[in-house]
Amino acid sequence: MDMRPDPLIMMTTQAQAPTTTPTKVAAKNVNVYYGAKHALKDVSVDIPEKSVTAFIGPSGCGKSTFLRCINRMNDTVASCRVEGLIQIDGKDIYDPALDPVQLRARVGMVFQKPNPFPKSIYDNVAYGPRIHGLSKSKVELDQIVESSLRKASLWEEVKDRLNDSGTGLSGGQQQRLCIARTIAINPEIILMDEPCSALDPIATARIEELMEELRHNFTMIIVTHSMQQAARVSQRTAFFHLGILVETGSTSDIFTNPTDKRTQDYITGRFG
Amino acid sequence: MAGWYALVVVALMLAGFALARGRAQSVAGGNYAGMHSLPSYHGLYTASLAFIPALITFLVGSQIAGYLATQSAISALPNDIQSDILRQGAALREAVNIVRGGPVGAASAEVQSAAANYSSALSAGQWITLALGALAGLAGLSWGLSRVSMNFRARNAFEKLVHALLWICATIAVLTTVGIVFSVVGETYRFFFDPAIKGKPTVFEFLFGTEWNPQAAMRADQGDIQTAYGFLPLLTGTLLITVIAIAVAGPLGLFSAIYLAEYASPRVRSVAKPVLEILAGIPTVVLGFFAALTVAPYIRGWGETFGLNVASESALAAGVVMGMMIIPFISSLSDDVINAVPQSLRDGSYAMGATKSETIRQVVLPAALPGIVSAFMLAISRAIGETMIVVMAAGLAANLTFNPLDAVTTITVQIKTILVGDQEFDSAKTLAAFALGFVLFFVTLVLNFIALKVVQKYREQYD
Repeated sequence: MDMRPDPLIMMTTQAQAPTTTPTKVAAKNVNVYYGAKHALKDVSVDIPEKSVTAFIGPSGCGKSTFLRCINRMNDTVASCRVEGLIQIDGKDIYDPALDPVQLRARVGMVFQKPNPFPKSIYDNVAYGPRIHGLSKSKVELDQIVESSLRKASLWEEVKDRLNDSGTGLSGGQQQRLCIARTIAINPEIILMDEPCSALDPIATARIEELMEELRHNFTMIIVTHSMQQAARVSQRTAFFHLGILVETGSTSDIFTNPTDKRTQDYITGRFG
Repeated sequence: MAGWYALVVVALMLAGFALARGRAQSVAGGNYAGMHSLPSYHGLYTASLAFIPALITFLVGSQIAGYLATQSAISALPNDIQSDILRQGAALREAVNIVRGGPVGAASAEVQSAAANYSSALSAGQWITLALGALAGLAGLSWGLSRVSMNFRARNAFEKLVHALLWICATIAVLTTVGIVFSVVGETYRFFFDPAIKGKPTVFEFLFGTEWNPQAAMRADQGDIQTAYGFLPLLTGTLLITVIAIAVAGPLGLFSAIYLAEYASPRVRSVAKPVLEILAGIPTVVLGFFAALTVAPYIRGWGETFGLNVASESALAAGVVMGMMIIPFISSLSDDVINAVPQSLRDGSYAMGATKSETIRQVVLPAALPGIVSAFMLAISRAIGETMIVVMAAGLAANLTFNPLDAVTTITVQIKTILVGDQEFDSAKTLAAFALGFVLFFVTLVLNFIALKVVQKYREQYD
């Protein structure tokens, strides 16, 4: 797989601190409309692989909308229209020849509210592998389930009750189950849409530790309301405001030395 | 008389409301914030206090008035009529007819005087009831008025009255059910165990007999009719038709629900769903002649082209049309429960790279299962209880068969057949209808119980 960024894309993306890791996701002049509403305006950004990129910004700024463009979840919203170019590994993901269902197997997603299926813990994790035929035998499937639950640091808590319903777990455990479910299909990218907003601080801390571990194997993009969370878990940060990508750069730069006045106002708590 | 009474009660209530509200307003003197309850609550409370005693007086008083009137009519009759219950009853009916202006023959002088007694006693009793009721209402009204003050909690007091009203309504509904069950159980007991009933079967013969023929010989020259109360042919007939109906309505109803809920555009849905629900509004008697005149001959003709011997009234025709009848129950309820499955579950599945149909099969339908099961159970209950379609399309022949091309009959059809026309209520034939009703009730109860267990087992909590 060619990991080098497309030179054309590099030329047209916004000026930003040079990254040492190759680009995984590249967006160029992305516009999103919900009916007549122009939700996302001319967003261009490069997202490096095997690191955590945080999208921050006030409510309604378009950060979740942009996240949902990357696995084409916006396709399920009838009124939504996406323009511009989004590439993963240099390939246009809105190419008509590309099947969004297969794309989503490569780009996993964890949602704001834990949404385990009303099935057993085992079946929740085995759901993706079964759909995509990732295991040849029951033994292999057992291994995938166990390793996914281990990677999501949930195995020790649930190994004795894999046949209990996933909806019976606590909120934090449910969210880690959803992460395990996503890891089980071995995606290249994991999108997280405010994954901790429905959780208590202890559960949040565990998910944040998990992100730190997972970033060595996956490209992670996280939308968050919490600037502290962005500062803790991410290497790069992008600030959205009113549908515009205002500023993007390394997390330490954004939080200590923002170039844009709006970014500075937001991170110092003047609005949002 | 009842009209006068209603008028008085309504007048009392309106007066109570207006007076109490006016009084509360003047007590408050504009300071409603300092008052516990708003003036209209004082009005509602006083109106209720006027209504309740007046209603109770009427219910009790009209009973007493009727009883006293009957007693006074009896006292006017000669002793020999009084002592003979049958003649006394006949004379009383005649007297009441005279009073009500019904058809009367040439009445004797005694009956005439009884009628006069009855009439005067009744009207006196009714006037007294009216006066007492009005007084009771007035008492309630004035008590309510006397309680109006800044601190009186009329709002909470009215709340308690509403609570009581709701409790009474719920109790009546439950007691009605209990009453029906008891009357059916009582008659069923007579059918099996009352020694006065001739020609009745034992419980074992009833439950496991394979012949159903309730037509007892009525005249001597019909002596060779073999009466039999074997319930099995009716049960198999009922089950056969129900199974056919569910086999038709289950897939059609469920799949149309899935289409409407998941695939149809909002415009299609807004048209198609009401049209499907219209199907539920077609009277079953219309569906019945559709079954008998259109579907049954068609099935017969179709069977003949394959060399099959199809009865002109077949279980298949009745079952298919009954299936059409219950499609809306399944589709409409399933559509509602599928819509109630949270979108977040679908999103979760799509985000795993599942297609729409994989998502529906593996996430949406399992999540909606409890509701779908109850939709099916409701449909099955309807199918088991349905009479008219079967009467018209499946015939009356109690054949013990599982062949859908034969004529069969069902429990409900036999109940209807037994009870149509003039019946003596102490013959085994008539009481058999109650036994059938009891068994039908029991079967439906068991089905509902199973459905409840299934729903509880698979119920999932999502917030």
